[in-house]
Amino acid sequence: MTRLDGNSIAGVLEGIFGRDLTVALGVCGGCGAERQVGALHVYRAAGIVVRCPDCHMVLMRVVETPQRTWIDLQGMASLQIAAG
Amino acid sequence: MAGTAVLGRLTWLVAEVAETVTETPHVRTLVLDVPGWAGHRAGQHVDVRLTAEDGYQAERSYSVASAPEDPPALTVERLEDGEVSPYLVDDVVPGDRFELRGPIGGYFVWDADAREDPLLLVAGGSGVVPLMAMLRHRQRTGSNVPARLVYSARTLDDVIYRNELDTLAARGDALEVVYTFTREPPPGWTGYARRVDMDLLREAAVPPQENPRVFVCGPTSFVEAVADNLVVLGHRPGRVRTERFGGS
Repeated sequence: MTRLDGNSIAGVLEGIFGRDLTVALGVCGGCGAERQVGALHVYRAAGIVVRCPDCHMVLMRVVETPQRTWIDLQGMASLQIAAG
Repeated sequence: MAGTAVLGRLTWLVAEVAETVTETPHVRTLVLDVPGWAGHRAGQHVDVRLTAEDGYQAERSYSVASAPEDPPALTVERLEDGEVSPYLVDDVVPGDRFELRGPIGGYFVWDADAREDPLLLVAGGSGVVPLMAMLRHRQRTGSNVPARLVYSARTLDDVIYRNELDTLAARGDALEVVYTFTREPPPGWTGYARRVDMDLLREAAVPPQENPRVFVCGPTSFVEAVADNLVVLGHRPGRVRTERFGGS
């Protein structure tokens, strides 16, 4: 599967969270690496899988259906979103 | 009041095609009129949504090619097995409408400002589109920040914005454009005719000592090879921003 990056899901994430997340700072729950979401690795199929570029830990999974959006963030130690 | 905070929520807008520009045999620019458009930053993209008569929807992302000072324009490359791009490249005529949401993304973005950090842009194929928005923004704001575009294309005919790039580079305001042709260089070509490898970057890219801001855009394999090589050459990883288009 072709690897993309966080830029490719900017619209999906902004649609969910109401603001741009590509500049939010994510901390990997596996290796502790800090990166902006735009720099994270993304794989897209029926859903979205976001991985740490350093240790490949799954940081986020997103599945959208007409009924609901399902978000799994258990691999993401923290996500810092600037105010404003 | 809870729930009423206005975050400028991303909504689907209706874009009307104002003008089309054929860039190459495979690439076309659509200049758009988008009521409600909030204005964009150089490097941002939009999501385009097409809806078939039976309700089937297809969504794709396209970079905004125009400067923030100008109306939004998308430059689209036709992918032969694509669901959306053949329509946008071959079929759309002025007056046609489709849905889009945006502008989107604040990561792969360059704002002309007082800081004098040089700009290094590295494009693979249609990855030049968001980088062109940055160069147009640079020109429209009168910025003299030193800028270099390293642009890899298959052949001369595949170069998008060729005339405009050559015109911009001829202005003598510290913009350099370096082409490399990976399939067939034009007759008599004495420049680069290979992939953007380590040696090419060492020779043609702004050196890390000048601490450039770096933007790399193109197919995934291109972007990752270039970004890795730039870091090996001494560019700080945090200065190298990438946007992957996916398959080549």
